[in-house]
Amino acid sequence: MIEAVGLTKSYGKTLAVDNLSFSVPTGRVTGFLGPNGAGKSTTMRMILGLDTPTGGSALIDGKRYRDLHQPLRTVGALLDAKWVHPNRSARAHLQWLARSNKLPAKRVDEVLEIVGLTAVANKRAGGFSLGMSQRLGIAAALLGDPQVLLFDEPVNGLDPEGILWIRKFMHRLAEEGRTVFVSSHLLSEMALTAQELVVIGRGKLISQSSTEDFVAQATENTVRVRGPRLTDLRAALAQAGVSTRDEGENLVVSGMDCADIGELAARTQTVLHELSPQRGSLEEAFMQLTGDSVEYHTEIADGPTPATLVPAGK
Amino acid sequence: MTTLLATERIKLFTTRSPWWSAFLALGLTIGFAALVGLNHSGGPLLVEHSQFGTQFGLMVVSVMAALAITTEYRFATIRATFQAVPKRTSVLVAKTAVVAILAAVIGEVAAFGSWLTAYAIDGGPEMAITTGADWRMVAGVGLVFAVTAVIAVAVGTLVRQSAGAISILLIWPLLVENLVVLIPGVGANIHDWMPFTVASRFLNGAEPIAPMGPWASLAYFTGVAAVLLVAALAVANKRDA
Amino acid sequence: MTLLAVERIKLFTTRSPWWCTLIALALTVGFGALMAGTADATEPLNIAATQFGYGFGLVVVMVMATLAITTEYRFSTIRATFLAVPNRPSTLVAKATVVAIMAAIIGELAAFGSWGIASVIKPDIDLTINTAYEWRAVAGVGLVYALSAVVAVAVGVLVRHSAGAIAVLLIWNQLVEPLVQLIPKVGDDIHKWMPFNIANKLITGDPDPTARNVLQGPPPSDAVLGPWPAIGVFAAFAAVLLGIAIVVANRRDA
Repeated sequence: MIEAVGLTKSYGKTLAVDNLSFSVPTGRVTGFLGPNGAGKSTTMRMILGLDTPTGGSALIDGKRYRDLHQPLRTVGALLDAKWVHPNRSARAHLQWLARSNKLPAKRVDEVLEIVGLTAVANKRAGGFSLGMSQRLGIAAALLGDPQVLLFDEPVNGLDPEGILWIRKFMHRLAEEGRTVFVSSHLLSEMALTAQELVVIGRGKLISQSSTEDFVAQATENTVRVRGPRLTDLRAALAQAGVSTRDEGENLVVSGMDCADIGELAARTQTVLHELSPQRGSLEEAFMQLTGDSVEYHTEIADGPTPATLVPAGK
Repeated sequence: MTTLLATERIKLFTTRSPWWSAFLALGLTIGFAALVGLNHSGGPLLVEHSQFGTQFGLMVVSVMAALAITTEYRFATIRATFQAVPKRTSVLVAKTAVVAILAAVIGEVAAFGSWLTAYAIDGGPEMAITTGADWRMVAGVGLVFAVTAVIAVAVGTLVRQSAGAISILLIWPLLVENLVVLIPGVGANIHDWMPFTVASRFLNGAEPIAPMGPWASLAYFTGVAAVLLVAALAVANKRDA
Repeated sequence: MTLLAVERIKLFTTRSPWWCTLIALALTVGFGALMAGTADATEPLNIAATQFGYGFGLVVVMVMATLAITTEYRFSTIRATFLAVPNRPSTLVAKATVVAIMAAIIGELAAFGSWGIASVIKPDIDLTINTAYEWRAVAGVGLVYALSAVVAVAVGVLVRHSAGAIAVLLIWNQLVEPLVQLIPKVGDDIHKWMPFNIANKLITGDPDPTARNVLQGPPPSDAVLGPWPAIGVFAAFAAVLLGIAIVVANRRDA
């Protein structure tokens, strides 16, 4: 359980994180979502005791990170895969980390095996590709077999194979009952990985809910109705005070679920060829909620295209 | 603490710079001793002649010690370090201790290696290490190297950048300390209290006019290092990693 | 000319040159003021003494010049540079030129600033620059700084790491050159041909030492060449180093 209470960080006059409160439930994958520059990394650094909050606090299982005894056994984290000395071998990097928390030396080989780096364990980390660096970072996070894991933009810049690998890995960690807190600016990625979502924009909390609820809340849920003759049904819907609109041959109904529409169709003796619920895409939801809080808008004329479309350069 | 010492030992020895530095420091000091031994004329070789290269070794060790911490900032491994061990004071004290021990070992090997080399080339009975002053001059090198390493780690922690830290660490003893003496009036007095000047009095003996004897000089030098280290610890604890 | 403009923009859009300039000027002018303020009848002020901080300024300028190139390697902007202008020799010569001009300006400001502040503090002492020696002692500082900056850029290109390049330059300038004198027999002869010692000849050297006390101003050079041939040799040394650096940079992967 990670808990942030009134977390605030200011750099001079700039508020990077503004009175942020949320909790990350145990045993689930929680996505930490927000456009670039929303304050995700700063928040994670504060959770890990690297940066000192200007106000508020972040607690892991009720303790400040700095008060944890041998913290790698409680919390594993990958904030930046490049936090490695380029001339040190992958194995040596893990060795010193293991030693600092009194973890057995054989654990190093175990995690290398888990992330599939055994073959290059003695190569210098500076020569690693991004995908390999990311694996090394995950190996470091797993060293202490922690119940809580933090990942900051783990799929950023990875190739499809790497993304798939990370995604599967997150699922595996969650299946093992671990608490995973993973940040991203890519909502579609989060939809596949996270059960819970903490959404922030410009350092402020926008919402905390399950991924499903988030999408449901943020997007209009509609039902698509298709049939040869929909006149009676349209009238009945209008009578029930439900708004409808035509979309080609289809009728799009909002504000009534499939079951009720089906009943209504039966009563008006309408033949239906299709009755299907339409879910708003995560991207739409994301745009709607964070539309105002994107820090740097691009100047493309047609509609708001937030800077999130550009791969994050950290 | 032993865990942290072992951690820092692994970190130090799994990069190349300490090896290069040790190699360079020993090569310079012992090489200089050989050069002096070979080119000597006019009177027998004395113990002090073998230690001409000490300052080269000292500067190299100082650079090595500063790099031990500044490269952590450079490659952000300091964050991985503080993530693994959030008690920053303990981490930095352990690092300082490991670096200081390595510096001491380099210093002793350099000093005795230089002495042996000079002795082997053109040594006589005058080169025997007998008096307390002789012992300080040779065996004391390791102590001065170790304390200098503490200063270098402290400066590295404060400055965080290799270039800045190394500039300060080289310019200070080589230029600032030597030039203040030239200031009319007060120069000589300031010079008397400059840390590296004081440290050299421990090695080479204090002139009668010096404010402190050899061992007090070493204590003063150590005190300067301790103050710098405490300042560095305070700053590192307060600062965002 | 375009390349010079490019390098000028690069140099002035980072902070380190400004910091180095500030530190160099503060040290040199500050020491000039200190020398003037503390001068008395036993250790009178003269033009040489106003240039006391010359050595400090020199090392700071060399650090600045080194960083101008090593930070390019540090942040991989050297690749962007070589992508934009694949002609590496021209780029590096342009960089060396811009840095040298900057160093020359710092040197002149430092030298005349030190001299000026000393004149203000001790108005009753005649510090008029009359002789050729006095002109060299003050105006020559910029020239030495400029050539030293070229040496620093060359070393920076060869070493590529800030830490290593700065250590090499400072240890050479401040430790190797003075300490070679301690080598019995051959030491003094070697020292006479050490590059920075030769460069110093322009500032501190004969003829016409105008009765300056050894303890005033930068220590005099014992180079056997005259001041102008000496600076010529130093310039050649800088050019050779830069040439080697360019050959290496051309052959090496960026």
